[in-house]
Amino acid sequence: MAYALQQLINGITLGMIYGLIAVGYTMVYGIIGMINFAHGDVFMVGAYVGIIVLTAFSGMGLTAVPLGLLVALILAAGLCAIYGYTIERVAYRPLRGSFRLAPLISAIGMSILLENFVQTSQGAKERAIPSLIPGGITLMNENGFVVQLAWMQIAIVITTLVVLGIFTYLVTKTPLGRAMRAVEQDAKMAALLGIDTNRTISMTFVIGAALAAVAGIMFLLYYGVIDFYIGFDAGIKAFTAAVLGGIGSLPGAVLGGLLIGLIEAFWSGYATVAYKDVAVYSILAIVLMFMPTGLLGRNDVEKV
Amino acid sequence: MSKVLSLSGVSAFYGQIQALKSVDIDVNEGEIVTLIGANGAGKSTLMMTICGNPRARTGSIIYRGEDITNLPMHEIARRQIAQSPEGRRIFPRMSVEENLMMGSQVVKFADYDQQLGLMLELFPRLKERFGQRAGTMSGGEQQMLAIARALMSKPKLLMLDEPSLGLAPLIVKQIFSAIRKLNQEMGLTVLLVEQNAFQALRLAHRGYVLVNGAITMQGPGAELLARPEIRAAYLEGGH
Ligand SMILES: Nc1ncnc2c1ncn2[C@@H]1O[C@H](COP(=O)(O)OP(=O)(O)O)[C@@H](O)[C@H]1O
Ligand SMILES: [Mg+2]
Repeated sequence: MAYALQQLINGITLGMIYGLIAVGYTMVYGIIGMINFAHGDVFMVGAYVGIIVLTAFSGMGLTAVPLGLLVALILAAGLCAIYGYTIERVAYRPLRGSFRLAPLISAIGMSILLENFVQTSQGAKERAIPSLIPGGITLMNENGFVVQLAWMQIAIVITTLVVLGIFTYLVTKTPLGRAMRAVEQDAKMAALLGIDTNRTISMTFVIGAALAAVAGIMFLLYYGVIDFYIGFDAGIKAFTAAVLGGIGSLPGAVLGGLLIGLIEAFWSGYATVAYKDVAVYSILAIVLMFMPTGLLGRNDVEKV
Repeated sequence: MSKVLSLSGVSAFYGQIQALKSVDIDVNEGEIVTLIGANGAGKSTLMMTICGNPRARTGSIIYRGEDITNLPMHEIARRQIAQSPEGRRIFPRMSVEENLMMGSQVVKFADYDQQLGLMLELFPRLKERFGQRAGTMSGGEQQMLAIARALMSKPKLLMLDEPSLGLAPLIVKQIFSAIRKLNQEMGLTVLLVEQNAFQALRLAHRGYVLVNGAITMQGPGAELLARPEIRAAYLEGGH
């Protein structure tokens, strides 16, 4: 029981991070129908901005941690937003309307570019930060097994919820969010109503990249260790989460992320760490067999 | 009468296929002008070309004294040229309210409430369905929404592409009377495409006949209605 509770806590924390990344995949897919393979690497860049900023702040003691985190979040989101914008502008937009595989190849190119850029500028070795906020709340002690809810996990979950809340407000209530949904549903009609579709697509990349940056920092806080390759692994997991939840669906992306986080945590906890990825992809395969559009994917019939 | 819209020598293509052949048309302030023609004649293409997609390959499109031939689509829309396109194209996963908000994109926020009031008065059905997802409404309701959405921008030129398609006669009547009312009471300028040539020509001040992408006839609505060749081609068959 205690052990399961601990896995639940770990799974939710990890799942929230996957969910944040997955939102970026699903948004871009929804609006231009392509898989942004460089998205995982934008997440990785966010984690590196985080480690640089937090290392700089780490000498200043525990009281500087909240400020350091805030600065890291803002800088990472800002820089990644610029990356997201630029990637779309130089690598995807010129290929819009060409054959379907072209932007995909270009995306893989951008992914390799970002990985190599970070590898050469930051080094190929793993980088670590000490635990910023040690300790936590002890929830339960069962025959010596201590269930801990780490402060860090609380910080990750709260930050993620706040960011997702802001994002949800933006998409559902603001003119930009409406424009994004309009372009997703019918780009030509949106243009007929005065929406600058190119600008709207750019903003989608900007927002997705900023969310990935936040996820990068959360990942850094959770594991404390990163390398230039984390974007690949987390990216594939998050992409899987987006497909599992139903690609194109924003709540689906978060739900998919949570499920994948939980599967990973429970499989590692009860079976074996070695096969945790196999478990994740098996469940994806099974879900898609019975629900080809994912858990919250669209299969409603619309009148034409 | 000042010209709202003036096309001269406009041609448009889909790849190699020419859909418009040197089209000249004028629309004056306060007029209802109708385009009639068989399926595939190029009526929808003409309206879309005015809005910038497909682009006119030759010729020019002058709107209220400004050459808009090569403006991006959203820039054309921002000049308050509104279109309710073929197939309605409402945003299916948005509510009625949000669809109407999308229509008022190009006008000042302060105009939204006033225009919304007008639309809900004109189409009371939309008021009942205000929070409903547009994709779940009936065809007639969707058509009303598409027209109301176009009107939310306080258009200086309203283009309607087959607003009666697939609708019950009673609803068609409602929609046509709404168009007439807007034209008479507010001086709205309308370019109307219709399959139902009889109703369109009765409503319109002037009409153009489009055949295979080219204008073959034009004149006042009543005059076109009286021509035997028009009756033979577009009106016989029980309208
Ligand atoms: N998107 C398109 N791609 C290629 N050809 C098209 C497209 N839309 C229309 N056409 C062709 O252009 C011609 C004019 O079509 P359209 O403007 O839709 O006619 P109408 O509205 O008068 O029925 C037709 O021959 C049609 O097949
Ligand atoms: Mg048509």
